[in-house]
Amino acid sequence: MLHPLRSLLTVLGIFIGVASVIWLLAIGEGISRKAQEQIESLGATNIIIRSIKPPSEQVQTSGLVLQYGVTRADYARLVETIPTVVRAVRIRELRQRFSYNGRMVDGRLVGCTPEYQDIVRLEIDRGRFIQDSDLQDLKNYCVLAAGTAEKLFPFEDPLGKVIRVEEHFYTVVGVCKPKMPSAGIGGSFAAQDFSSDVYIPITTLWWRIGDVVFTRRAGSTEAEQIELSQITLQVDKTANVVPTADVVKATLAKYHPIEDYGVTVPLELLEQARTTRMMFMVFMGLIAGISLVVGGIGIMNIMLATVTERTREIGIRRALGAKRRDIIRQFLVETVVLSTLGGISGILVGFLAPLLSEGAIWALQFLAPRLYNSLPEIVKTMRPVVVPASVPLAFGIAVAVGIIFGLYPARRAANMDPIEALRHE
Amino acid sequence: MRLGASIQEITKEYHLGGEVVHALRGVSFDVPEGDYVAIMGASGSGKSTLLNLLGCLDHPTSGKLFLGDENVAEASDDRLAEIRASKIGFVFQSFNLIPQLTVLENIEVPLYYQRRLSPKERARCKELAEMVGLGNRLYHRPTQLSGGQQQRVAIARALVNDPLFILADEPTGNLDSATTEEIMALFDDLNRQGKTIILVTHEYDVGRRARRIIRLKDGRIESIIDNPQAKPRSELPEDVAKAKAPQ
Ligand SMILES: Nc1ncnc2c1ncn2[C@@H]1O[C@H](COP(=O)(O)OP(=O)(O)OP(=O)(O)O)[C@@H](O)[C@H]1O
Ligand SMILES: [Mg+2]
Repeated sequence: MLHPLRSLLTVLGIFIGVASVIWLLAIGEGISRKAQEQIESLGATNIIIRSIKPPSEQVQTSGLVLQYGVTRADYARLVETIPTVVRAVRIRELRQRFSYNGRMVDGRLVGCTPEYQDIVRLEIDRGRFIQDSDLQDLKNYCVLAAGTAEKLFPFEDPLGKVIRVEEHFYTVVGVCKPKMPSAGIGGSFAAQDFSSDVYIPITTLWWRIGDVVFTRRAGSTEAEQIELSQITLQVDKTANVVPTADVVKATLAKYHPIEDYGVTVPLELLEQARTTRMMFMVFMGLIAGISLVVGGIGIMNIMLATVTERTREIGIRRALGAKRRDIIRQFLVETVVLSTLGGISGILVGFLAPLLSEGAIWALQFLAPRLYNSLPEIVKTMRPVVVPASVPLAFGIAVAVGIIFGLYPARRAANMDPIEALRHE
Repeated sequence: MRLGASIQEITKEYHLGGEVVHALRGVSFDVPEGDYVAIMGASGSGKSTLLNLLGCLDHPTSGKLFLGDENVAEASDDRLAEIRASKIGFVFQSFNLIPQLTVLENIEVPLYYQRRLSPKERARCKELAEMVGLGNRLYHRPTQLSGGQQQRVAIARALVNDPLFILADEPTGNLDSATTEEIMALFDDLNRQGKTIILVTHEYDVGRRARRIIRLKDGRIESIIDNPQAKPRSELPEDVAKAKAPQ
């Protein structure tokens, strides 16, 4: 280590390479974990069928009413004809305005059955969820999502209070715990947000609101007739998910001449996410690999210069009894020490990846808000996770780079003729 | 008297492009142990070439070269390195110390390549540094020393492996006459203690201290003269050499 600055610059290449290996892998892992989490929250054994508004020119109209989506008949058919389906949940949802005592929240009114709680994993904070008896008796009961409850009842206990949904009134019987958004389904990539929901018995919704919904828009009124917004089928075991999904698609296709529904299979999404992750990792690895090769070339360059500069010293050492392999060892040790130092510092900085990327995203929020807003939600919320295997991997790569790129300069030093080397000025 | 080295019909050719340079054209002589030989001759006569062959830095083109009873003319590269490490001590005109190492570390280098570095050997390295008068400079770097001091370090380094020969190529070529005198006194003492010394020199004042002078001319031996002026071998008791070492 004759030249501290030169050694530092040599180390820098490896340092950046190793830090980026760890960092990029950590970001890749962070994103894919987040995606996996969201997909898993949909349930790995579930098949989700959602009504989708088809392109307007294809829509069947009966009078002025747009009619589309999955129907109660579809539900019955699926449940009765597919034996691998162990549970089925149907819901009907509407965008509505909820109000209480002058406070208002726009959110999703969900007509559902008791099983819905299980299938989307809602946890009750206080009170209870919708029950079978509520459905039978067409009760005007509702359960509030955590966000809705917080906004409508900032200071009071919502249980027993009556909220207004458009022109109807419902008594609050339960409040849910906050729930993380899950992955988007039914062809939309936007995450499903459960924070401003209100849950009511689906039978009550049919009875009070019906299938036809009017939306008023500047001057004209639009009417849509939708029987069910979503059917969630739970399959008995994961192995049956994909074949069951095929049967579901075939059954629906028979009764729906136009594609007014979408079938989402979280398991497939999960597998897709896994391959995406693999590709991402390979791609990141490639980038990191390139930077390591660049670092290695830097080391080689500097070692070649060092060898030339120390020709005389090599001659002296040879005259004093050093064998060729002693000289090779000397220079190889030097490069490996350099690259290892780079590797270790790179690993240490790599561990700061979560902090750094959070800082970067935070800074972006203020420095480039537009860019920040265009980032996908998953990038904004993910936390890089340092993959444990990447540490020995990066370290091994650093050492290997030192050996590979140090070997040529070291051999060159060892193959010098001692007499020539001694004469070198 | 035992034979230290025996040189038999050694030739050395260098090939430069298409041309052949005959640096040595058949040189033979014997060096008994304890000998003190000066090789002299005009520039280009082959002195350094001969010394490098004796020092096992290169192979001769033909001929035999015995060190002890081993013919090293055809030894492998690794074997030559082993012989250099164990039997040869070099002293060069330009000192050739390793600049980033201290005085003590420079003296230790040959031991390192013999895998013999122990605390005991380290202590001996210190003694050697003291013997050449540098006991108070152990941790200095070569650039902080004068030429004469550097050459003393080189001599201490040449002695550390207790070699069969000390080979010196114009050891005083870069020194003034006073320092030359000091360095040569050191060589004389070493020879009196029994070390075999072969040195190359241009200076008659240096050469006349040796017991024999070999003159080279155009790669051949022109003459071998026994030097009548050389001091007899046991003029001084051994430990006087140490006491007399200049500061
Ligand atoms: N590596 C080499 N390649 C080609 N020719 C060489 C080489 N080394 C020495 N020679 C030639 O061999 C001859 C003897 O060289 P050598 O160095 O032994 O001379 P020298 O007696 O030591 O001279 P000087 O007193 O100038 O040091 C010279 O003609 C020289 O040009
Ligand atoms: Mg010479």
